[in-house]
Amino acid sequence: MHELGVVFHIMDNLEKVAEENQVKGISKVVLELGEVSTVIESYLQNCWKWAIKKRELFAQAQLIVEQLPAVTYCEGCGQTYPTVQYGKICPHCKSPDTWLLQGNEFNIKEIEVY
Amino acid sequence: MREVRVLEIKQSVFADNDRQADLLRQDLKEKGVFLLNLMSSPGAGKTTTLMRTIEALKDTFKIGVMEADIDSDVDAQTISGAGAKVIQLHTGGMCHLDAEMTRQGLAGLQTDDVELAILENVGNLVCPAEFDTGAVKNAMILSVPEGDDKPLKYPLMFTICDVVLINKIDVMPYFDFDLEKCKEYIRMRNPNAKIIPICAKTGEGIEDWSKWLGEEVRSWHMTK
Repeated sequence: MHELGVVFHIMDNLEKVAEENQVKGISKVVLELGEVSTVIESYLQNCWKWAIKKRELFAQAQLIVEQLPAVTYCEGCGQTYPTVQYGKICPHCKSPDTWLLQGNEFNIKEIEVY
Repeated sequence: MREVRVLEIKQSVFADNDRQADLLRQDLKEKGVFLLNLMSSPGAGKTTTLMRTIEALKDTFKIGVMEADIDSDVDAQTISGAGAKVIQLHTGGMCHLDAEMTRQGLAGLQTDDVELAILENVGNLVCPAEFDTGAVKNAMILSVPEGDDKPLKYPLMFTICDVVLINKIDVMPYFDFDLEKCKEYIRMRNPNAKIIPICAKTGEGIEDWSKWLGEEVRSWHMTK
């Protein structure tokens, strides 16, 4: 259910963009989605298919999702590692003093309009 | 063939809401209204905790409550008997409130005579964590029957919270709930979160909680 709220939020944002740029319709929306962003791509695509029928501007809009892998940085040894595989503890030096470098992004990258 | 253009947007999906939330916080500062965003899963005890909170603080602050639900006004009816003014917000199927909806809710509540406004968010541990409502502080309630591993399963919610209330501690002996382990999991996500064990039903721990909240409200009003 989270994904549907998010889809409408994206559409609200893009409707403003469309108005500012005198756009008739949107044919493609490209998102950047981090691996640990709490949004699931397949749910997002399903919600998108349902929601585009409700909003004229998006009637023919295709949703493209570019995945960004999650990477964690370790303060202990200065190295990075894949977040999903190892979690909060650094696999190199076992330090818990780590933070997410990349992977919680949820960005609208670009749109194709006509 | 129709002409196709590409517009670069390059902005976070939540950027617009974050901006609205910051603006709302500024407005609230000028008006002298402290807004608390109260979140939890359905059934963790938001409304009962709120009743206790109003009881403890109604002689100190003028309190206003916004009850957000997908439908019904049962929570607003419960609260209206407690000594705070209350408004019911319907999200129309949405799973969370954003900053704009919160602004509309506050307008509906009429905050001229309100010093402490409390938003009871939709019962949900996922979506409300993503959308900044413009609140000054975020509180969440984790109830014992939900399990001590919730901070591992819903990390973002625990990351954005200023305070975590662990509710229903009276039934702890009947559940496999390890309080110390739970605190450790919360600190893993958020070392700065204040953790207060409470039982909204019996009133245990409500004094600690209302003291924390009272101090936060006073310091917000003082730095006006």
